[in-house]
Amino acid sequence: MPLLWVSKRRGAYFSDMIDDSLRELYQEVILDHSKHPHHFGALEHATHNAHGYNPLCGDRITVHLVLGADGRITDIKFEGRGCAISQASASLMTDMLTGRTAAEAEKLMDGFLHLVKGEEGVTGLGEDDLETLQVMAGVSAFPMRVKCATLAWHTMKSALEGGSRSNEPAKTE
Amino acid sequence: MSFVPPLDDFPILAKPVNGKRLAYLDSAASAQKPKAVLDAMTEFATTEYANVHRGVHHLAARATERYEAARVAVAHFLNAKSSDEIIFTKGGTESLNLVSYAFLSPRISAGDEIVLTKMEHHSNIVPWHFMRERKRAVLKWVDVREDGSINPPAVAAAITPKTKLLAISHMSNVLGTITPLKEIIQIAHAKGVPVVVDGCQGAVHEVVDVQDLDADFYAFTGHKLYGPTGIGVLYGKRAHLKTMRPFQGGGEMIAEVAEDKITYAEPPHRFEAGTPPIIEAVGLAAAIKYLKQFDRAAIKAHELDLYQYARDQVRRLKWVRVIGEAPDKGAILSFETTSMHAHDVATILDGEGVAVRAGHHCAQILMERFNVASTTRASFGLYNTREDVDALIVGLEKARSILL
Repeated sequence: MPLLWVSKRRGAYFSDMIDDSLRELYQEVILDHSKHPHHFGALEHATHNAHGYNPLCGDRITVHLVLGADGRITDIKFEGRGCAISQASASLMTDMLTGRTAAEAEKLMDGFLHLVKGEEGVTGLGEDDLETLQVMAGVSAFPMRVKCATLAWHTMKSALEGGSRSNEPAKTE
Repeated sequence: MSFVPPLDDFPILAKPVNGKRLAYLDSAASAQKPKAVLDAMTEFATTEYANVHRGVHHLAARATERYEAARVAVAHFLNAKSSDEIIFTKGGTESLNLVSYAFLSPRISAGDEIVLTKMEHHSNIVPWHFMRERKRAVLKWVDVREDGSINPPAVAAAITPKTKLLAISHMSNVLGTITPLKEIIQIAHAKGVPVVVDGCQGAVHEVVDVQDLDADFYAFTGHKLYGPTGIGVLYGKRAHLKTMRPFQGGGEMIAEVAEDKITYAEPPHRFEAGTPPIIEAVGLAAAIKYLKQFDRAAIKAHELDLYQYARDQVRRLKWVRVIGEAPDKGAILSFETTSMHAHDVATILDGEGVAVRAGHHCAQILMERFNVASTTRASFGLYNTREDVDALIVGLEKARSILL
């Protein structure tokens, strides 16, 4: 049985629409990120931290980052637990935002939020960024799961805005 | 097993979800409504509807009759001594808040204690937190055993001379545990402590006799009992209700209003300010009538048979850990799936037409107790079949193959 399902993930087995959507949602890249998240753990010399919490499901996340004197994010780490979507989204985010300026990060975050909500006309993003983010686009077919995908990004936003002073957990919208 | 699920009574079950046959396993969150309930509400609204307890015209009289008849139906359903002991609210949550505000608040002061169990859901927690915040009362938590059962001596041990109330579920919405209520109420009463029972699940699956239980208050909601949303019930002993201050202020709950003086109506109307959920009361009465045509014990046996069937199947899956296996439990199956988050599992199950609940089930303290962030929960109602369980198991195996 399991072997069958593995082959299906590569393409042929799913037939109807919902299965296609599920396949896109749980594609290999997402599952890899969720099982082996990048930049997972504490960050001792963080300049900014924030907690995020999704009261709907109880998922929690903490984002730590170092914002250098030149305004670039030199390091990001995250901790917490959650579903495959929220973990993968956090992992992907740390990959993408490391090395960016706060302003660049802001732009990417907005683009990401548009994308997962299925909103048209995501603008101002480079082609490479768009392509990387595209793996998360499948979430837009599952409105009940959008908040899973956005938790880390909202938390990142609140870390950048409020820094370590922020005690209020970030919201998911 | 004489009970045959009356599938034709529930048109929604015949509607495919995501192109698949619907397996609705989320009745503990809210039950589907039989046609009899919907028809009764439509029939009432189209032939006899008006506001109640005001107006002298024909329809006002008819509507008042139907509304009060619903109260009598609920009183019989709970075996209350009198229908005056039945208060209509907008749901189980409002019922419990009513007890907190109108009964407990004037009787509790700083340092006094409220005893509750760790398996309560938030509507039987937050109203008591209000007393902690506003009156500096102390919440004392009775733990549940590893199998999810409640140990009556542990409840007894938590009660002290400062205890002003015991708040406890009849049946847990996560673990399915059925509380040995009668024994626990006796323990509390022996120490002079009144007991409020959260019966949101219990009233659905157990036959409730508030006199036999000797419960001081018993709260439940309509929509989990195959009735409409927007209506709940609070049973309260008449001796308590007579001494309680009003809850909300408005029409119907007063005797006389003057510029500098007010007197309140007698219970239960004292606690029903404003226009009540009239059509919903008729719907709730219809739901009770609908249930009464069946042998409730046979329904329970049917649901437990499904639970056991599901439990046995799940037991084969080594990566599933069931939470809540009390010897006396109702048909709720909560479980954790190794390396798979409940929300991912529930999304894939949904793709298979299987509706389950995933998350903390408004019982975060219980989740903490069992050290899980969230569980997947399949809960059974009278319309479920083995086919639903089979779909659940197929879906779980599919989730595993997609996610791992």
